[in-house]
Amino acid sequence: MTSALELRQVSKVYGSGPTEVHALRDIDLSVQRSELVAVMGPSGSGKSTLLTIAGSLEHATSGHVLVDGVDLASVSHSDRARMRRRSIGYVFQDFNLLPGLTALENVTMPLELDGVSSKGAREAGLEAMEELDVAERADRYPDELSGGERQRVAIARAIVGERGLLLADEPTGALDSVNGEAVMRLLRAATQRGVAGVVVTHEAQLASWADRVVFLRDGHVVDQTVAPAGPESLLAAAAQR
Amino acid sequence: MSVRHALLALLNEEPKYGLRLQNEFEARTGEVWPLNVGQVYTTLQRLERDGLVVTDDGENERSQKRYRITSDGARELRNWLVTPPDLVPPPRDELVIKALVALQVPGIDIHEVLQAHRRHAIEEMQRYTKIKASADAGDVALALVADAQLFRLDATVRWLDAADVRLKQLPPRAPADAPAADVESVQTMEVSR
Repeated sequence: MTSALELRQVSKVYGSGPTEVHALRDIDLSVQRSELVAVMGPSGSGKSTLLTIAGSLEHATSGHVLVDGVDLASVSHSDRARMRRRSIGYVFQDFNLLPGLTALENVTMPLELDGVSSKGAREAGLEAMEELDVAERADRYPDELSGGERQRVAIARAIVGERGLLLADEPTGALDSVNGEAVMRLLRAATQRGVAGVVVTHEAQLASWADRVVFLRDGHVVDQTVAPAGPESLLAAAAQR
Repeated sequence: MSVRHALLALLNEEPKYGLRLQNEFEARTGEVWPLNVGQVYTTLQRLERDGLVVTDDGENERSQKRYRITSDGARELRNWLVTPPDLVPPPRDELVIKALVALQVPGIDIHEVLQAHRRHAIEEMQRYTKIKASADAGDVALALVADAQLFRLDATVRWLDAADVRLKQLPPRAPADAPAADVESVQTMEVSR
């Protein structure tokens, strides 16, 4: 089966000579559709770099990045830009909604940039907003939305259309733990509908929503969790201790 | 977990029979604490002896008795709710010992030891999160119980993260120079508790 995302021996070096910094070293990682992977690590471990390279926002110094089996290095600049718009959705820590556009216009913008008709984009946008239970706020501007609603809109924008890969960098931002949990529930639900998700976080509670947690240290993958079988009840969880 | 006070809380709503108390106790604690009916009646007998509950009918079979909270019982319940819980030694203390010992053992990478524990803690958290994720949205008891365990494990992971950073900032030293007294003093603390 083709992975939705595959990193093969990916390294990233910033600077050169004595100021050289190895942000990533020989990273191998594949993520399947319907799988949510969390990447954890201390500051400077390379987790945000991993995400920007996976999302083709930055180039790897060496190694290969494949999205749906397509090696990003093998396609033209314009094709890569199109893949970025069509196949990959991003959720940022600070939501990054454009203040002059309504919630719906924010969600449909990547589709319209890609040449989808206004009507088609509007339909797909509302569908994504409905999945996130925020469609009734479609005509509101970002400053009229609560923090939780803004993040739902940002996630709707990331999954709108046919996107198969969802990348999120500390997606719960400054939300409190219960609202942060709500965001993770939404990301999990999106991946369960067939998208592959990668979430970078330093918070263990958020990471625990993922199917698999990958640990980075000094640019290396040092460890990962084994998928828990999952007891049926708290009692079984306590008994396994 | 005080079965005694949980039963008082259930009786504070209205008078109830023993079997109903058993069912409600399990339902309201997220079904984490199974309680056999014998425990229920033993506890009710003690509550009755202490004047915190009374029964409607003195001579009937125990299953026929309906229990009612007294004003002393209600006062006892309110006091218990605001009394700080016993501070049992947290389970991660063993983890602290392991980290300190790991520092003394030649050839052991402390960061690998910390990472092994971090992975275990997060796998455990994944289990509890999975339970919470598949629970009914209305099951507040289960969410609260799962959250309590998740926050405890989260504290362990934060301690591991802080230990990692702290140890990284230390200049490397030969294992022979390390004072063994650190470990001994912690173990003494443990024993004295």
